[in-house]
Amino acid sequence: MAFEGLSDRLQGTIQKIKGKGKVNEQDVKEMTREVRLALLEADVNFKVVKDFIKKIRERAVGQEVMESLTPGQQVIKIVKEELSELMGGDESRIAVAKKPPTVIMMVGLQGAGKTTTAGKLANLLRKSYNRKPMLAAADVYRPAAIDQLETIGKQLDFPVYSEGTDADPVDIARQAVEEAKEQNHDYLIIDTAGRLHIDGELMGELGRVKEAVNPDEIFLVVDAMTGQDAVNVAESFDEQLDISGVLLTKLDGDTRGGAALSIKAVTGKPIKFVGMGEKLDALEVFHPERMASRILGM
Amino acid sequence: AKYREVDEDFFEELEEVLISADVGVHAVMDLIEELEAEVKRRNIKDTKEVREVISEKLVELYYGDEDEEEVEGLKEVEDGLTVYLFVGVNGVGKTTSIGKLAHQLKQDGKKVMLAAADTFRAGAIEQLDAWGSRVGVDVVKHSAGSDPAAVVYDGIKAAKSRKADVLICDTAGRLQNKVNLMNELSKVKKVITREIPEAPHEVLLTLDATTGQNAMSQAKTFAEATDVTGIVLTKLDGTAKGGIILAIRKELEIPVKLVGLGESVDDLEPFDAHAFVYGLFADMIDEYEEPEEKE
Ligand SMILES: Nc1nc2c(ncn2[C@@H]2O[C@H](COP(=O)(O)OP(=O)(O)OP(=O)(O)O)[C@@H](O)[C@H]2O)c(=O)[nH]1
Ligand SMILES: Nc1nc2c(ncn2[C@@H]2O[C@H](COP(=O)(O)OP(=O)(O)OP(=O)(O)O)[C@@H](O)[C@H]2O)c(=O)[nH]1
Ligand SMILES: [K+]
Ligand SMILES: [Mg+2]
Ligand SMILES: [Mg+2]
Repeated sequence: MAFEGLSDRLQGTIQKIKGKGKVNEQDVKEMTREVRLALLEADVNFKVVKDFIKKIRERAVGQEVMESLTPGQQVIKIVKEELSELMGGDESRIAVAKKPPTVIMMVGLQGAGKTTTAGKLANLLRKSYNRKPMLAAADVYRPAAIDQLETIGKQLDFPVYSEGTDADPVDIARQAVEEAKEQNHDYLIIDTAGRLHIDGELMGELGRVKEAVNPDEIFLVVDAMTGQDAVNVAESFDEQLDISGVLLTKLDGDTRGGAALSIKAVTGKPIKFVGMGEKLDALEVFHPERMASRILGM
Repeated sequence: AKYREVDEDFFEELEEVLISADVGVHAVMDLIEELEAEVKRRNIKDTKEVREVISEKLVELYYGDEDEEEVEGLKEVEDGLTVYLFVGVNGVGKTTSIGKLAHQLKQDGKKVMLAAADTFRAGAIEQLDAWGSRVGVDVVKHSAGSDPAAVVYDGIKAAKSRKADVLICDTAGRLQNKVNLMNELSKVKKVITREIPEAPHEVLLTLDATTGQNAMSQAKTFAEATDVTGIVLTKLDGTAKGGIILAIRKELEIPVKLVGLGESVDDLEPFDAHAFVYGLFADMIDEYEEPEEKE
């Protein structure tokens, strides 16, 4: 594979240092250059990498590394610490509305995994929190989007509120809340159609759905394989909707997943859960340290 | 920023622009190195001239040593059934691209049929079926959960007996590191070849332009499992540029054949390397050129 883990990358520099017995600024520079490459290969956005490297360099030029007997290990330690901290913070908690139902809105680009993750989330709410969720089908555009959500609902035995494809998503969402109330569901998860962050009309529609139902959570669903564009997407969705968290899907693949770092860095919003498969129980709590190791390939 | 001169800043910005386009840091570094040498050699002073050189180098990166720079279309057989197999990871746009392609082929006067061999994902059969009705072509399908190889087998039988010109097979999205699922895909392909020795005439790997460096791993693994003959690059209507296809073409020699530019039935176009390459760094150059053209 073209991808080398950070430890392997640092070997060359470490060997050189061993010969000299002392680390100088040039060595640190070389090591941070390797860190930069590792992050870029992992799809971390280049602007995010730039700021990050600045921070690492500042710390690494200090005594921690310069006076260490194992400077390579020190650099790795610093990088991992900083990465974990950047991605960490909030625990994977889901809001609880004072007055049920708690409304969760799923948003994101086409094919990111919103519909599947809506089902997974409902499943998790029932299994781990003993909740009684309902799903709502507000994607009236994608062919068979409602069938897909209904199939998932059936597989998991959750009711799915839908009004077909002729209704307005804003009305669907509003009605779904009423229906959830009536049927005593404590959570309502609204699936929405995939859309581009630059699609003014469809982004406006999401804004109107938000206004109509005042969701307790707006989760941006992001494909873990996303490249440099992750920052544009996340920034834009966040600006227009003020998202409350991020769900990262398809982490069961072999992608490094640098998008996680990019998104957290530009939005500051927590990554709450990760999708680990197509099955409806494959949703896990996000672990920043694991993600840091993964991005670094170790 | 507007750069009148081709200096260090210019190359730094170019590096950033190309990395942002997912071209990949190594490919970009190599390219910048070559560019710098070329610019020096030809004594190029302004960015307008350098645009040509950048285009040239990027197109060269795509085509390699080959001279043929024509649009690479889909292979079709004159007599008998042409079979296309769509493969790729989850959610990239396989089913949608099949719908669009079916529409195009139908408009060209072909009799087209679809095989719904994604029997796994919730609503996948209904989705392909909806596309079939939308563009007016028949869809061969089994019930959810059935064997995809059997669907494809029936698809070929039905397409032959109804004298269709083209059969397009949809398959379930799968991540390339799932060995069992990749084996299943190889089996689907084998069934097609067993029925028609020179088929599938195209194995089209669908790649989402939003994908970063992982697309290379996708291309490698799917190529190993199914001998991919071409790429359909989708979602180019967003802000992602899909630059990784340059490295894929160079390393694996898989050409891009079609690009997806939206969710509507007409949003599928042939790949144009020059336009694509220009799109990778157009923002940067356009910004510079504007004042010049205002005379
Ligand atoms: N391997 C894997 N596949 C996933 C995961 N999450 C979703 N998928 C798959 O990704 C594909 C797209 O998922 P959907 O739920 O349809 O995505 P979406 O965002 O609703 O798509 P649109 O509604 O078209 O915008 C499907 O094939 C899902 O099975 C995951 O965590 N791992
Ligand atoms: N903007 C845009 N969206 C696209 C394009 N191609 C497909 N899509 C959308 O992407 C989403 C996923 O498309 P599908 O055709 O279901 O993808 P798939 O690869 O068949 O997905 P799975 O079968 O779940 O693996 C849908 O919402 C499509 O409408 C494109 O070129 N541009
Ligand atoms: K995707
Ligand atoms: Mg959906
Ligand atoms: Mg599909």
